[in-house]
Amino acid sequence: MTTLNAAELERYSRHLILPEVGLEGQTKLKAARVLVIGSGGLGSPLLLYLAAAGVGHIGVVDFDRIEDTNLQRQVLFDSRDIGRPKAEAAAARLRALNPHIHVEPLCERFTSANARALVRSYDLVADGTDNFATRYLVNDACVLEGKPNVYASIYRFEGQVSVFNALLPDGTRGPNYRDLFPSPPPPGLVPSCAEGGVLGVLPGIVGSLQALEVIKILAGIGEPLIGRLYLFNAADFTSRTLRVRPRPDNPLTGTSPTLTELIDYAAFCAGPPERPVRELSPAEYLRWQKEGRPHVLIDVREPQEFATDHLGGTLIPLATVLEKAHTLPRDADVVVHCKGGIRSARAIRDLETVHGFTNLYNLTGGIVAYRALPA
Amino acid sequence: MPTLLIPTPLRSFTGGAATFEAPAEDVHGLLVGLATAYPALRPHLFDASGAVRTFLRIYLGDTDIEDLQGAVTALTPDAEVLIVPAIAGGNAQLP
Repeated sequence: MTTLNAAELERYSRHLILPEVGLEGQTKLKAARVLVIGSGGLGSPLLLYLAAAGVGHIGVVDFDRIEDTNLQRQVLFDSRDIGRPKAEAAAARLRALNPHIHVEPLCERFTSANARALVRSYDLVADGTDNFATRYLVNDACVLEGKPNVYASIYRFEGQVSVFNALLPDGTRGPNYRDLFPSPPPPGLVPSCAEGGVLGVLPGIVGSLQALEVIKILAGIGEPLIGRLYLFNAADFTSRTLRVRPRPDNPLTGTSPTLTELIDYAAFCAGPPERPVRELSPAEYLRWQKEGRPHVLIDVREPQEFATDHLGGTLIPLATVLEKAHTLPRDADVVVHCKGGIRSARAIRDLETVHGFTNLYNLTGGIVAYRALPA
Repeated sequence: MPTLLIPTPLRSFTGGAATFEAPAEDVHGLLVGLATAYPALRPHLFDASGAVRTFLRIYLGDTDIEDLQGAVTALTPDAEVLIVPAIAGGNAQLP
């Protein structure tokens, strides 16, 4: 039987006098085991508030180390932490914040191999990850192990929050991530935050909303976002709450499930194999340049990426490449590049399909690989 | 006219435009109007069969059009249609 000692009764007094939480709710928080996957932008406020609120057992999964560029939004860490494993630094920070709780740092990747065992040993999972493959993995592991999944996600100025796979009063489970998004976007469509940027305070807001939903579910208060998706737009300060319903074709929980165990999520998110494009290695391209071989170089990245570093190509961002197709020669070799070679391959496929180009080369590995060539 | 609200990840294909209006009678007409106005967006909105890609949800008000009449859901002149994309945060895609 979980009980609160005198120091905890003092610390949590502002919760205890809230009739909706009270001693019962606070005791539930102390007894709870929460697994937080990712301790970055979303995980930072989420972990701080869960620890401060007195969630008794917190597991933190993160294989990454803290970098200087994280500190613009990952308020769990400070400059002295640069280079430290995130899970370890997070655990130290949370123990300092609240010595009455147990924090377990898990400095490992969350993979199909360890996901179910990890999820099984907690009561609730909070998904603060940063890529589609891990999001589907978290969802599927939670559904297969019967655990609620408190979801939050951000992109530039937009945030999403929902509660997936929650136990309903009738014993069934609420909708899950696959009911909302049956499949991820094809690679190369949406630039990552690393490429597209994110306003640092946005994960602070959205991760705090995620903490709110975790605490509501654990303490049994309010109306959690079950079967609903909350959208927040920081740019115009609007928000919406949309309904999410179970889909009969959900491969996990639909009328005829086909997924009964975890799969290869990197392959799932890579989608079906795409038609290959003609590749040009950075070394071969360097040879072209040294030989003075005539060609046109096109850069399909965004202007801000171009401003940081470029190879002297003509800037035509991916989104505008079909409109600018008439500016490209058909009687000379055209080399197309981006940061890593994914968006340029997309551009080439679109140009070949829509406009019938046959003279396009993809700079393999993009400007990153080109810059990595030995001098 | 019915209004379509365009999410941030797709705005790079609309020259930054956040909304699109067209005198469409149903959801499909509004989406096709958008793809016609911004051709670069078409392959990201529709798959090869012409269906809306499954990483996008289309809502009329707060209701998924799949819970209404799908693509042929009728629109009133003051209708607001929302495209909700899957977003993943930091490493949304490999480079």
